[in-house]
Amino acid sequence: MADLRSNFIGIKSPNPFWLASAPPTDKEYNVVRAFKAGWGGVVWKTLGEDGPPVVNVNGPRYGAIHGADRRLLGLNNIELITDRPLHINLQEIKKVKREWKDRALVVSLMVPCEETPWKKILKEVEDTECDGVELNFGCPHGMSERGMGAAVGQVPEYIEMVARWCKQHSRLPVIVKLTPNITDIRKPAQAAFRGGADAVSLINTINSITHVDLDSFSPMPSIDGKGSHGGYCGPAVKPIALSMVSEIARDKVTHGKPISAIGGITTWRDAAEFIAMSAGNVQVCTAAMTYGFKIVDEMTAGLARWMDEKGYSTIEEFRGRAVPNVTDWQFLNLNYIAKAKIDQDACIKCGRCYAACEDTSHQAIMKEKDGKRHFEVMDNECVACNLCVEVCPVENCITMVQQTSGTDARTGKKISKDYANWTQHPNNPMSVKAAE
Amino acid sequence: MAKAADIQSKRLSKQQLATNFGDLHPPLSDHEALVESDRCYFCHDAPCMTACPTTIDIPLFIREIQAGHPKSAAKTIFNQNILGGMCARVCPTETLCEEACVRQAAEGKPVKIGLLQRYATDQAMSEKHPFTRAKATGKKVAVVGAGPAGLACAHRLAMHGHTVTIFEARKKSGGLNEYGIAAYKAVDSFAAKEVEFVLSIGGIKVEHGQALGKKLKLAQLQKDFDAVFLGLGLAGVNDLGLKNDDLPGIEDAVDYIAELRQASDLSKLKVGRNVVVIGGGMTAIDIAVQSKLLGAENVTILYRRGAAHMKASPFEQDLAQTKGVLIKHWVAPKKVLVKAGKAVGLKCEYTTEKAKKLVGTGETFDIPADMIFKAIGQTYADAATGALKLEQGRIKVDAEKRTSITGIWAGGDCIAGGKDLTVASVDDGRRAAESIHSYLSA
Repeated sequence: MADLRSNFIGIKSPNPFWLASAPPTDKEYNVVRAFKAGWGGVVWKTLGEDGPPVVNVNGPRYGAIHGADRRLLGLNNIELITDRPLHINLQEIKKVKREWKDRALVVSLMVPCEETPWKKILKEVEDTECDGVELNFGCPHGMSERGMGAAVGQVPEYIEMVARWCKQHSRLPVIVKLTPNITDIRKPAQAAFRGGADAVSLINTINSITHVDLDSFSPMPSIDGKGSHGGYCGPAVKPIALSMVSEIARDKVTHGKPISAIGGITTWRDAAEFIAMSAGNVQVCTAAMTYGFKIVDEMTAGLARWMDEKGYSTIEEFRGRAVPNVTDWQFLNLNYIAKAKIDQDACIKCGRCYAACEDTSHQAIMKEKDGKRHFEVMDNECVACNLCVEVCPVENCITMVQQTSGTDARTGKKISKDYANWTQHPNNPMSVKAAE
Repeated sequence: MAKAADIQSKRLSKQQLATNFGDLHPPLSDHEALVESDRCYFCHDAPCMTACPTTIDIPLFIREIQAGHPKSAAKTIFNQNILGGMCARVCPTETLCEEACVRQAAEGKPVKIGLLQRYATDQAMSEKHPFTRAKATGKKVAVVGAGPAGLACAHRLAMHGHTVTIFEARKKSGGLNEYGIAAYKAVDSFAAKEVEFVLSIGGIKVEHGQALGKKLKLAQLQKDFDAVFLGLGLAGVNDLGLKNDDLPGIEDAVDYIAELRQASDLSKLKVGRNVVVIGGGMTAIDIAVQSKLLGAENVTILYRRGAAHMKASPFEQDLAQTKGVLIKHWVAPKKVLVKAGKAVGLKCEYTTEKAKKLVGTGETFDIPADMIFKAIGQTYADAATGALKLEQGRIKVDAEKRTSITGIWAGGDCIAGGKDLTVASVDDGRRAAESIHSYLSA
């Protein structure tokens, strides 16, 4: 049986599934329920500095994009950091950690970008005996207007500075949570590690407006007819998060550094993919907010079953295995030739592949044969773009078949077994001749 | 067979009757419609569309539902089929669009096209009429018969700016939609509401009590109008061809169904304890099921061939059997059993096929019946009295529904090759109207 135990920058948890800093981790009641349900750890919802509590809007905080049957695909929120008094949060954190010693309990923090408030809150948080802190440099709404959250995360110098203060003024492990609302995710990650952070976590939410109400012309969610961009999360953002994690994983400076992955993780499979992309653990929020804490049962069981099937006994055995396979476009093998193939027994003759290919791609699919409705790929036109595979409603009906010998019917060129990329291609003015 | 015929009203309570004659397929809710519409793959050159006799752009209307515009969906439907509301209820979709749906091939569960069509059309029918009339042309067209073919033809002509007079023999418009369709397929006077909807485009006048061949003469119509469309339906009924087949106790199914459809109080309608239906088409199923729903104890359909030969679709056959109707295949009535001048049952013979010919096996049985319904098909009664060329006993037309006489078109069940389907009649009517329009515009 696979061992799901996780040790992330010295923080131990029975499994790699943590709840991300968000409404599900705002108080003892929720966190205890989560631990009872089996979550490996939580990042307590972001604490701010002592004083009058943060004020939230009294109207809708969430907007969403739905798929078929109202399946929630993307969620947007304009909620701020915790609006409960600091001392109550601290008391509860201390109590919960004492009662749940085997679980990870990390505290998310966001205070103004000055040394004193950071120093002060770190001292108070340390007293709770929590396992670490996560610096919220990610929230893109509300707090960023006050110079916190994403406003810090978008300036690598600030990230480095605050990370350094945290390491100076605390013995706790420090995780820096990154905002995706930035051009190059590697820069803030590098800054975090330069400042001494133990890990980065990403992604925080993406600036978003989910809808415009076409009667009132208010963005959604609407507060008294007005709307403000929120932070987008859920299944829709997973590909963005996965790419950003890969960027940090394969960057020369940050390669091998601990990453806690966040972004649309909904099932065990998403988690496995992020871990393969080098994440030490994963943080989940939207899936729990959509389905409740019980989903962790599917996640832990699913990950363990897959690991058993693949013969991995620990997470470390497959962690990062996908990283060496992420490369730049210029290094992709241009001698790799594939053709789409339609399984005629599986084909239900909907013609979506034909419409997609004929209208928008390469006119490589026929729609008729011997006067009958029939869809078949014409190898002499097929560039193997994969669009037909993606629009086909039948799983595995259309597949990409690699051509390993003979000639490419489209180009008439002999298929080479040698690897050759763009840097060596004759059409590339910058090409370098392959070594003779 | 000693007892007197047991034919009574009030076999069931009013409440039970209301339940029995409720909507066969309850309409989709908004959410169900969204989920169902999402199942459509928006096929290229969609097979469902090809299978629809009126060629409704099904993928487009389903996408319009999915995108939150059911009224646009309705307009897409009405554009090809102004009786799309009734067709959504009565079309044998399982042998038309839904049979062709690629999801039928994929998983045996087609997109519920009929129910989606009903969802869309229901929302639009109470609204302002979706079409406007073109500028008046000053041309007059006579339409004979206010059934599906006549209504569809009249509507399209009115749309093109022509003035239409419909001549209808019966008191109400709608044809079989009003008098023939099983009650549970068109609840809440839907047929009448639909007629009102169709006519609300304007430019159409309906004259009732006008049967062709009586006071109304074809020659006069040719004189008074610029064009004539005949949507006469089938006025005749096939006979059993048995001795005593006209005795009390034997009825035409279509007449009884018409009576049932017009009954304001179903509990007053009389039905036998033992009902026997002869036939294998939709009418046989409709009369059998409705007899059962009225409270008949034993309802038996006698059909001379096997299940696969029945004109009624497998879905209809299942419906009958689910409602408790017994379908006996490979049997044919041989003799009417008579008592005191009334038909009280049938002597039947088992049948079989020998060298592709239907023959009796010689083995017989008697079946008692308080009521015997004939549902063995209807025939075209030539109201045009020989003026028009016929083919297989019905009016001969070309692809544009032109008859052998210039200026006269025909469509619906009265034409050769008629499919006895509402949707096919609507298509005939619309096609004829387009042909008439080009004729009048020439």
